[in-house]
Amino acid sequence: MFKLIAKRLFLGLITLLAISVIVFIGTEILPGDVAQAVLGQAATPETLAALRATLGLNEPAYVRYFIWLGKFLTGDLGVALTNGMPLDRIIGQRLTNTIYLALYAAVVALPLALALGMLSAAWPEGTFDRIVSSVTVFFISVPEFVIALILVLIFAVELGWFPSINPRPRWSDFFPTLGAMVLPMLTLVLTVLAHIIRMTRAAVLDVLKQAYIEMALLKGVSKSRIILKHAIPNALGPIVNVIALNLGYLISGVVIVEVVFSYPGLGRLMVDSVVFRDVPQIQVVAMVFCAFYVSLNILADIGAIMANPRLRYAK
Amino acid sequence: MSQTTAAAPTQRKRSKRARPRPDFWAWLGISIVLTGIFLAIFGPYIAPYQVGELVPGASQFLPPSSETLLGTDVLGRDVFTRLLYGARLTIGIALVATVLGFVLGMAVGFSAAEIRGRYDDFVTWLIDVFLSFPPILLALIDIASLSSDLWVLIGTIAIIHSSRVARIGRSVAMNIAALEFVEVARARGEGLVSILVREIWPSTIRPLAVEFGLRMTYSILFLSSLSFLGLGIQPPDADWGSMVKENLNGLQTGAYLSVLAPALAIAILTVGVNLIVDWLGSQSGRSISEELTK
Repeated sequence: MFKLIAKRLFLGLITLLAISVIVFIGTEILPGDVAQAVLGQAATPETLAALRATLGLNEPAYVRYFIWLGKFLTGDLGVALTNGMPLDRIIGQRLTNTIYLALYAAVVALPLALALGMLSAAWPEGTFDRIVSSVTVFFISVPEFVIALILVLIFAVELGWFPSINPRPRWSDFFPTLGAMVLPMLTLVLTVLAHIIRMTRAAVLDVLKQAYIEMALLKGVSKSRIILKHAIPNALGPIVNVIALNLGYLISGVVIVEVVFSYPGLGRLMVDSVVFRDVPQIQVVAMVFCAFYVSLNILADIGAIMANPRLRYAK
Repeated sequence: MSQTTAAAPTQRKRSKRARPRPDFWAWLGISIVLTGIFLAIFGPYIAPYQVGELVPGASQFLPPSSETLLGTDVLGRDVFTRLLYGARLTIGIALVATVLGFVLGMAVGFSAAEIRGRYDDFVTWLIDVFLSFPPILLALIDIASLSSDLWVLIGTIAIIHSSRVARIGRSVAMNIAALEFVEVARARGEGLVSILVREIWPSTIRPLAVEFGLRMTYSILFLSSLSFLGLGIQPPDADWGSMVKENLNGLQTGAYLSVLAPALAIAILTVGVNLIVDWLGSQSGRSISEELTK
């Protein structure tokens, strides 16, 4: 089992390396040049050439890639082109803000989604199941920004319960901040909830079709006990997988939500750096996001291995 | 004699039951999608104004009137007209991108299933790499280096689709490539392209139809989101996502319709596609959990 997990971790590292190549190609080799971006309109051929030399842009691409990767790995992230601030400080701050928001959403969404999914699976095609499934179809079909706008319209503009633009999260004012962040949190929850509910329902239903469940029913075991004791442990593997994938899906949600609510997180930083074509910033943010995403995928696989003994032995 | 004639109608009934007609929800989905396609094709001919035209004598964020069915937008343009033009961009781009993604993904996935060996290993690994790349980041990087050109948007969405389609296409094609009629085709000396297109592809249409619907909704949502971020369709053109972005200020002045009309258009269209997907999914017999956990 440890061998399998180690192998998965190694594969994850290779994947990250491949992603770094894609990020590098996407941002540096394609048209558009950092020196041009830095100097902008004021560029003369001489200053361009000088800056290219100092930035090492005259080296062949693969050499630049290894220099870039080396710096990245040793923690030398450089500075943002737009304001000259050290990137490690900017990223650190933005990352904490994003994690704060994502955790908040996850803490609310996970128990709710699991409970709703199991309840729908307990009485499939019942009234509760039908209501939940039509509501989830709606939320799956609607883009995040539309959900966000509808929430703002109802709860901020009409009812005035929550602010539509939220402050920076402060750890000292923990609870007031939570209150101010209800709308962005709710948007994220609603986008992720539908997927997890559907998958939990499908996973539990799959297990409920098995022969041993029928056996338990015939023995006279109660329905709640069958679901909690027999079905859930066996449905856990696929559910864990879906949860991890959906937390990854939070990333695209986070980008949109942070822009809508002008929340100072990593997602908005990414969009801002694309708008201003701040290449070093794009690279770092993209790598941080990808590392997060890859680790979630690894965790999902490890979770599946832990939950399903049959997966513990490599073929 | 009489027994056989009596058996015939029940048999016909049974075969009908095996393939039930679309139910109410499926018909609703089909009519929504057909309306969308109709508007995408003929919208600009129905539209009362030009796409960038200011309504004469109108100011911004006017309520609906007989001249402007859905009111005016942030610059005093007709919201209804822009909605019709937006249908063409939103649906057109989503459709082209999804089809391209499918062609690319199926070519990669099917060939991996047919050729196997090293090539298959490499393709599987490459698919995994692309799948561990959050789609929105891929799009942002592409747009940062190549600008929000129409074909960059289409290509990016197509590439995002292709890795997912390739994975599903490969696993579907694996089972088909092992069947006898493909074996026979190989023995007959058919080339790779001919095997992929004439032997494997027709058998995968049913399982992949559901996937096509799911990818189509994803295209619509993704394009709208990019436009909403200001990185998709650039003004003066507008798809439904960028219309929402343009008119955001309308929310503060109470002109909700200029924002809600395009937002609801996106929602109705994607709900429509999803209704068809649900119906197709219940037909093809494969559970949604199988589709999604792969």
